[in-house]
Amino acid sequence: MESIIEVKNLTKDYGNLIAVDNISFSINKGEIFGFLGPNAAGKTTTINILTGMAKITSGKIFYKDNDITNKIKKIQRFIGVVPDESNLYEELTGYENLCFCASLYGIFRSKREKKARELLEVFQLSEASHRRFRTYSKGMKRKLTIAASIVHEPEILFLDEPTTGIDVASSRQIRNLIKKLNSNGTTIFLTTHYIEEAERLCSRIAFIKNGRIIKIGTAGNFIEDIKESNVIEVLFDSVSVDKNILLKRLNQNFPDVECIFKNENTIKIISPGKIDISPIVSFLSSNNIYILEAKLIKPTLEDAFVKMTGIEIDIMKKEKEKK
Amino acid sequence: MKSFIAFWNILLKDMKNYYLKPPNISWGIIFPFAWMLMLFIKSQSAFNINDTFPGIVAMSILFGTTSMLAVTITFERKSRSFERLLLAPISTELLVFSKVSGAILFGILNSIIPILISVLYFKSAVLNWYLLFTGIILLSIVSTLLGLSIAVSAKEVFEAQTFSNFFRFPMIFLCGLFIPIASLPFYIRPVSYILPITYGVDVLKYAISKSNSMPVLLDIILLIIFCVGLFYFSIFNIRKKWIV
Repeated sequence: MESIIEVKNLTKDYGNLIAVDNISFSINKGEIFGFLGPNAAGKTTTINILTGMAKITSGKIFYKDNDITNKIKKIQRFIGVVPDESNLYEELTGYENLCFCASLYGIFRSKREKKARELLEVFQLSEASHRRFRTYSKGMKRKLTIAASIVHEPEILFLDEPTTGIDVASSRQIRNLIKKLNSNGTTIFLTTHYIEEAERLCSRIAFIKNGRIIKIGTAGNFIEDIKESNVIEVLFDSVSVDKNILLKRLNQNFPDVECIFKNENTIKIISPGKIDISPIVSFLSSNNIYILEAKLIKPTLEDAFVKMTGIEIDIMKKEKEKK
Repeated sequence: MKSFIAFWNILLKDMKNYYLKPPNISWGIIFPFAWMLMLFIKSQSAFNINDTFPGIVAMSILFGTTSMLAVTITFERKSRSFERLLLAPISTELLVFSKVSGAILFGILNSIIPILISVLYFKSAVLNWYLLFTGIILLSIVSTLLGLSIAVSAKEVFEAQTFSNFFRFPMIFLCGLFIPIASLPFYIRPVSYILPITYGVDVLKYAISKSNSMPVLLDIILLIIFCVGLFYFSIFNIRKKWIV
């Protein structure tokens, strides 16, 4: 596979804070490469470095085998960036925003006007094209921001949390647009904290936590690693004790299994071997937890992520949405 | 050509969205008009337009450019739309040049009202029109770049406004506009000579009534040095503070 971007031993620190810690990866031409991790994992910092918005502390960056470390300006013509927040001009209309963004890449007037109209059509924003950006809904803003980032037909598109904080229908539409862009040949670097989004869209995924890449592979690779594991989901009514205390007790009493909260009412129990459920159920009952259901499930990418990072998915989602 | 397209469109957008908005146009008209009226009423019997003219022109430019650029750039930084420009394949130099060009034009336009009032109504005789416009252009550039230096240091719009006032008001009293530098206490005079506005005002004074206090060529050379220095100081700061 031909790599379009290659990163070697990239580190970024802000004084005592190490935002990105010695990471290495490559993005292959034509793929959707996902960066999956919680808040403050280093996802946005990595994008900022690769797009020229942040300086590198150490390491090397290559674009098509050419060393472009500290020379990102040279490749900005070939990249598009969708930041985690829509950043177009509030006082311009959708159409004007697209034309203006195209002009920044030196595109002639007739071509940029044609391209803007085409994109508005593709992104189903034609009807709102002459409305000011500030009047758009969050989903529409997100779509226009993506459109503005591809108006110059970049080879690689960096998408930072493209579906965070928007409604389900817009998220679905954006995911379809990402797939379509990729099928038209655009290489995509996507950061997300939604496991299902990474699983659905990405050819390869890197798990990142505390600035370090824990593992890179396909969703299949990750699941393969834990396919022999047994996963039991225990659904209960409510918890009267502190969740952290309960988890601590569970892990102390059952050291052979890994227990994590999937959400407020569900505990996941993961074990490399068979799980004897009865002592766990008894333990939970003795802690005044009223169990509604316990079922054996197939390991998923989420289980692999939890196993490797120790991060609770629900907490990760909530943290991001609160932001 | 590609760079020119980017430059031209940034300039057009800024002119359309910020500088040519009705509140700014009316401000550009009312500000010099109000100052002239105030000075006229205050000293009607001894009113000398040639004493007042350079001051009003300089203040119109200084206040117009510094406040507009500092506020617009801080606003774009805050709304993150400035990132679009930083992500574009244009050099930081061209980006800064594009952003300041609108404010420089705005400054030049702001000087037209006092010129029109002075020449058409008060029949002021400008001695050297070329030097008057040279002074206006250099003063607009240097004031705009001062505004940019403030914008790079501010995080919020209100901070930019506060910083602007912190610099502008002392400048007005120290640059020899209303009080000749020679009349200032000796320990304050060095401050006057490190203010670029001092030299801009001196060029205007020469062009209007030859009442300058320094050689005009020296004024122009120093203004050019200030312009280049402030331009690269701002670029250095943008690279240091905004691309971290």
